[in-house]
Amino acid sequence: MSHLETHITDYRVYGWVLLALLILTSITITVTWIDLSALTVLVALIIASVKSFIVLRYFMHLKFESGIFTVFIVMVLLIYVLVIVLTFFDYLLR
Amino acid sequence: MELHRDDIGARLGMWIFIFTEILLFGGLFLVYAVMRDRYSDEFHQAAHQLNAFIGTLNTVVLLFSSATVAMSITAVRKGEKRKGVLFIFITLVCAGIFLFNKYLEWGHKISIGLYPGSEMMIGLKHGYILFFSLYFFMTGLHMLHLVVGSIILTIIMVKIQLGIINSGKYTLLENGGLYWHLVDLIWIFLFPLLYLIT
Repeated sequence: MSHLETHITDYRVYGWVLLALLILTSITITVTWIDLSALTVLVALIIASVKSFIVLRYFMHLKFESGIFTVFIVMVLLIYVLVIVLTFFDYLLR
Repeated sequence: MELHRDDIGARLGMWIFIFTEILLFGGLFLVYAVMRDRYSDEFHQAAHQLNAFIGTLNTVVLLFSSATVAMSITAVRKGEKRKGVLFIFITLVCAGIFLFNKYLEWGHKISIGLYPGSEMMIGLKHGYILFFSLYFFMTGLHMLHLVVGSIILTIIMVKIQLGIINSGKYTLLENGGLYWHLVDLIWIFLFPLLYLIT
């Protein structure tokens, strides 16, 4: 635990993280110029998820938090995915 | 004797609050998903009305501001008070730029009569009304969070300056930072789903 408490992230790490996020943003925008029809949403969501993962892990310090934080977040996301799946079952099979 | 302090507990409390926020916006994204499936053509056409350039600019501004908040935590923990204050100040400037862009964006739409409840919007096709209503509501709610975040960060900035937040006690800064990153996270999904579906 003492390791968790003492870690100070270097400024440069945040610089690199920011650069990665900006590159992913430009990819998102570039992809919309190419017509992928049905895949467009999927690609946009995948890139947004990757960006979220980076933000959660580095900016929100999950990398250095106790594992219980990650467990909680995964649970919340699972609940949300479950709600989406159930809603679409209802919507599509109506 | 020092008062008992539980920093991990305080952060966990903040995270539980963030979960409620995720589910709040999650509900709106769910509405968006179903309505987009039902009115996909109209959603695509309606999105042409949005200014993708301003959207992109605001994305960059928000990502940058997220990095500066994170950097201010590093500064405060290293005991570099002036840098810590400066990083928060840069974040607040970014928030100001974001809000100004939103003012231009919304101002233009309102000036051409496009806003919830307007004569023009009521006359539009159903899919258009839904898209613009969701657009105004989701970006509006996001903007509200940004304003609240700015107020919280202003308080934090003052507290860093006064030394109340310091290298030994910075949980408030961390939690304020978490809130700001949440605002960024929501925008990461809002931006492609609203601005880039043309």
